[in-house]
Amino acid sequence: MSLLSVTGITKTFGGVMANREISFDVKPGELVGVIGPNGAGKSTLFDLITGFQRPDAGRVTFDGHDVTGWRPDRISHLGVGRTFQKLKPFAGMTALENVMVGAFQKTSDVAEARAAAMTALEQVGLGERAEAHARGLSTGQRKRLELARALATRPRLLLLDEVTGGVDQATVPGLIRLVRELHATGLALIVIEHNMRVIMEISERVVALQLGQVIADASPAEIVRDRRVIDAYLGETWRE
Amino acid sequence: MGALAFPAVFTLPFPRHVMIMIFLYGALATAWNIIAGYCGQIALGQAVFFGIGAYTSSLLYTRVGLTPWAGMIGGVILAVLVSQVVGYPVFRLRGHYFAIATIAVGEIVQALIINWDAIGGGRGVFLPIKRPDSFLNFQFHTSKAYYYYIALGLLLLALGITRWIEGSRRGYYFRAIREDQDAAAALGVNVAREKLRALAISAGLTAMGGSFWAQYLLFIDPESVFPLSLSILICLVAVLGGVGTLWGPLLGAAVLVPLQEGTRVMLGGTGKAIDLLIYGALIIVISVAQPGGLMGLFGVSRGAGSAR
Amino acid sequence: MGFVYALIAAGLSLIFGLMEIVNFAHGEFLMVAMYVAFFAWALLKLDPLVSLPLAALLLGTLGFTVYHGIIRRVLDGPMLAQIFATFGLAVLLRSAAQFLFGVDFRTVSQPLLAGRVALGPVFIGVPQLAASVAALAAFVGLFLFLSRSETGLALQATAQDRHAAALMGIDTQRMFALGWAIGSACVGVAGGLLAMFFYIFPDVGTPFALLAYVTVALGGFGNVPATLAGGVLVGLVEAFGGLYLTPALKYSAVFALYLGVVLWRPQGLFGRF
Repeated sequence: MSLLSVTGITKTFGGVMANREISFDVKPGELVGVIGPNGAGKSTLFDLITGFQRPDAGRVTFDGHDVTGWRPDRISHLGVGRTFQKLKPFAGMTALENVMVGAFQKTSDVAEARAAAMTALEQVGLGERAEAHARGLSTGQRKRLELARALATRPRLLLLDEVTGGVDQATVPGLIRLVRELHATGLALIVIEHNMRVIMEISERVVALQLGQVIADASPAEIVRDRRVIDAYLGETWRE
Repeated sequence: MGALAFPAVFTLPFPRHVMIMIFLYGALATAWNIIAGYCGQIALGQAVFFGIGAYTSSLLYTRVGLTPWAGMIGGVILAVLVSQVVGYPVFRLRGHYFAIATIAVGEIVQALIINWDAIGGGRGVFLPIKRPDSFLNFQFHTSKAYYYYIALGLLLLALGITRWIEGSRRGYYFRAIREDQDAAAALGVNVAREKLRALAISAGLTAMGGSFWAQYLLFIDPESVFPLSLSILICLVAVLGGVGTLWGPLLGAAVLVPLQEGTRVMLGGTGKAIDLLIYGALIIVISVAQPGGLMGLFGVSRGAGSAR
Repeated sequence: MGFVYALIAAGLSLIFGLMEIVNFAHGEFLMVAMYVAFFAWALLKLDPLVSLPLAALLLGTLGFTVYHGIIRRVLDGPMLAQIFATFGLAVLLRSAAQFLFGVDFRTVSQPLLAGRVALGPVFIGVPQLAASVAALAAFVGLFLFLSRSETGLALQATAQDRHAAALMGIDTQRMFALGWAIGSACVGVAGGLLAMFFYIFPDVGTPFALLAYVTVALGGFGNVPATLAGGVLVGLVEAFGGLYLTPALKYSAVFALYLGVVLWRPQGLFGRF
């Protein structure tokens, strides 16, 4: 029984097909990596799953509910959390307040939300920055903040767009460890990642996209041997 | 306590009038602050709700004989209804498109009222003067003290509601929408519904201000209660004081209203517009140097740098 | 009138396209231009048509000054600060005009052009006709400048992507200032033309500015050529609205058109995205 089913979704922007009949499943607790060159349609796929875009065709099913065309907030309430590739912190609010917005999904009590938000901040290692304004945080800290915000909604599936993109090399291992810890708690994750070493290291399964289409869906070990994936993408980066 | 004792100390009408106007504009700006300062939706059509409040209570009083207090509640209900009907489509717009759409709505409503002869059209509505003073008739000719306390009550209501919002889940949601509505939606916030609620609260309070205004002057017309300039003035008061803060709008009113009333009395008439001259300069300086408003000078930050 | 609207709106659109700032003092710029034309006539005995270059030059200078004095400082600030900086400017200019010139309506009497001509079945005032033609000419000039000249292309590049433009060696600060100067010069010309047949008073700019926002939104913010179509559309709706509804409701028709369009096609009638 899969937690998330994507069936034949297609999305066109002004004549360009961003996603073409994409289908794949995610089982509860699974960690799926999504790879593909720039413009392969990875972020569009996330937008379609989380309701920020409406697919032209195809269906998205989560936990038995057909959520195709639902509003983002309703999908979030079902248990799908996400981060954005272009970070979207609530810049004028403190880190704690940022995360409280997520925590309020499960409680309307301010004190309870504050406690839950603090827990989530500590989980991502930002406990000490709780009172800092979000705009004062470094890029790596903002990534953690987005993660904490999404975690505070207590999702069952978390979509992470570019975990290590744009952060300095020193902070990458910490972020990877964090993703692994989250996975260990039983949370299902879909991770978009440009850093191939990272994705091969953490994923149980990898979905490869090219020009909006799925060209491979297999284990990391099989992916690196897949001719089409190598041609499309790995060629440049994996052999380095 | 000082505010409560004020009418006892200052018995002349003019200082009382200035205080009443500070309270009224403070309340109106505080109401706008809820939708714009906290929720980040720069609505430039608050006069629509002010006018609805003024017209509803006035017409119910002159045509049906209903006490203006009940009329005020009627105005609130009507303003909230209108805010929801108009807000539903308009809130889909973002940024400048939204701001200009609210101006467009305001202008359309004003033109409709001017051309609606059944409710007085461009001539407006005179409220009959009733003596002796009566709480039920909402008319007090012997002393402005009553108006003073009613305006103070309106201001306290607006501030109280803002305070309550600040400390509740709703306030967090409003601010999250102001900062980034996509991120808010991803965290489960029903953005459209929260915006409509913020507007409903703002509209209701603004309508109460309109009813008060009608009873205070006993004459209303579309040019005085529905103009774009009123919508803008309300925003400028709040921006001057500091948006997104509890006390900012009141502070703005406390600075601006005496300036306005003072120059009017000193220079006589409105021909010279010195108050507006100072005022425009002040707004530019504030926007450029201190986007947090005067409140920013006191180190109160709401993170003004991010509402874009 | 549509062509004059288009010219006013083109200035607004140019500025918005460059830096995503709506100049809420645009109507007041127009008012200033009209006073320039008026005083050129009253003091120097220059017909508005003759003083057009003067109005354009002065307004261009005004725009340039405003950019460096105010706009540059709020460019990276919150939208609220951007809106209210120009709002403050609008209030300042309007009250300054009221302070200096009073609230009286003024007109340029005995203009160079007067009378009416028959244009098919309708009579049209000669000044109005001249204004339309001149506005159209100015608009075409602006369009040619933007699409042909090197500076115009640099402006467009800056509007497309200011970072990329900066990398290509375009001085974006200079482009922004230039955009304000040109955008304001457009209202300078429009104001001079309007002064031939319109009353001049401190609040005169407001309705024109409101119509300009509508025009720009119809064409799609930042899309200068499309504002011409938007302007003509606004002019037609206004004229027919005044004809078939009561004249007082003609602006409402225009605003209703705006609401209809932005809700149906948020990117404007001719927006590409």
